[in-house]
Amino acid sequence: MTEEDIVKIIIEQDKCVASGQCVLAADDVFDQRDEDGVVILLNDDPSPERLADVRQAALVCPALAITVEE
Amino acid sequence: MTTIPEYNIARSAKCPLDPAPAMRARQEEGPLARVRLWDGSTAWLVTGHAEHRAVLGHPKVSVEPARGIPRLSPAEAATMDSLAKAGSASLGFIMMDDPEHARLRRMATSAFTVKRVEAMRPATQEIADELIDRLLAGPKPADLVEAFALPLPSLVISNLLGVPYDDHEFFQANSRTIINRNSTAEERGQAQHRLAEYLDGLIGEKLAKPGDDLLSGLVERVKAGELSRQEAARMGVLMLFAGHETTANMITLGTLALLRDPGQLALLRESDDPKLIASAVEELLRYLTITHGGLRRVALEDIEIAGQVIRAGEGIITVNETANRDPSVFPDPDRLDLQRNPRLHVTFGYGVHQCLGQPLARMELQVAYPALLRRIPTLALAAELEQIPFKHDGFVYGAYELPVTW
Repeated sequence: MTEEDIVKIIIEQDKCVASGQCVLAADDVFDQRDEDGVVILLNDDPSPERLADVRQAALVCPALAITVEE
Repeated sequence: MTTIPEYNIARSAKCPLDPAPAMRARQEEGPLARVRLWDGSTAWLVTGHAEHRAVLGHPKVSVEPARGIPRLSPAEAATMDSLAKAGSASLGFIMMDDPEHARLRRMATSAFTVKRVEAMRPATQEIADELIDRLLAGPKPADLVEAFALPLPSLVISNLLGVPYDDHEFFQANSRTIINRNSTAEERGQAQHRLAEYLDGLIGEKLAKPGDDLLSGLVERVKAGELSRQEAARMGVLMLFAGHETTANMITLGTLALLRDPGQLALLRESDDPKLIASAVEELLRYLTITHGGLRRVALEDIEIAGQVIRAGEGIITVNETANRDPSVFPDPDRLDLQRNPRLHVTFGYGVHQCLGQPLARMELQVAYPALLRRIPTLALAAELEQIPFKHDGFVYGAYELPVTW
């Protein structure tokens, strides 16, 4: 079992402030709801090569609404 | 016993694109420092990047004037007092804590999603090209602010909100008064009042005849009873002035920074890689940090930041421009490096109040700089640095004029 197999991405929509930073970091993993821009998780199991961008998304989120558990 | 240094945001005339010497001096002493304000009170000045994020992301830190955020001038103190008297609805959500802040902010966020903003890119490109056509057909030297940097975002935000651009002289003049640190409380209050009345009038028109713009969207919320008409007008004012003062100053100062660094300018002009263009915009946002002087907060409980206890009730000023030059996050921070993609910059702030319009600002800047540099390859400054009137007095840094030729 590799490190990548046990990564879990958690989004907290209540916390989200719709800055859009996660979409800029990884637009194949995160999207925004049309009605209010709140984060949606498009892919909860991104490929290992996308993980750096997913971690970047968690790091730039101003509301700490994204957690990457590994 | 050492004396507490004064809070001072005056940039040096020789290095007008760098943070103020006094701010840098505090940063060299450590990530947190005590500073004395004009009224003799003291506040915590937060200059480090990690500490900046820790404060602005802290749940026990408030942005509300009534709770005691630091006031940076007599005029501002008077403005805050009169706003507090007028009630919370007149403050706008940038001066409210959650949950009220979140409730109001979420009513405006749909217009600024990355997707919605991306859909505005072709129209923004057309605006940029038309403005450049007109600039090139006119006399030289020309003022880049008036010819390009201000009308571009002003046209974009007017279209987005549904505000007639024909009224731009009116709303630009009032925006300038609001944003000028030296405006008296009375002048600022009057400007805010005029804009609020103007927006209220537009809301009235859109109640009768809705369109597909952002104000019409807010009008729907008013009809549904989710938002008061006063709140809607206040949000309109906020987005109207936030939407053009900021981007206009970034276009102006970004162009200036590039013209002073031909190597970096050539890199951007000769690239059609969207990743490089995006990185260049992030770097100019970091390097210039037009949102300077500090974001104000107050601790609601005793909190610990960088090993220092900030007591309940103490004021805090978090400084974007020093956080953005923190060498532990941005190596060689005083160098403009368009390839560094500094995604952790805090020019849009941090925490739940981080700029709502940031996707729009990014898109506008990604259009503006390449358009300008490619269409006018001989673009050059038509003034010495010392002659450029910088906005030392603004909440948002910039220049009143930028003479250019080609």
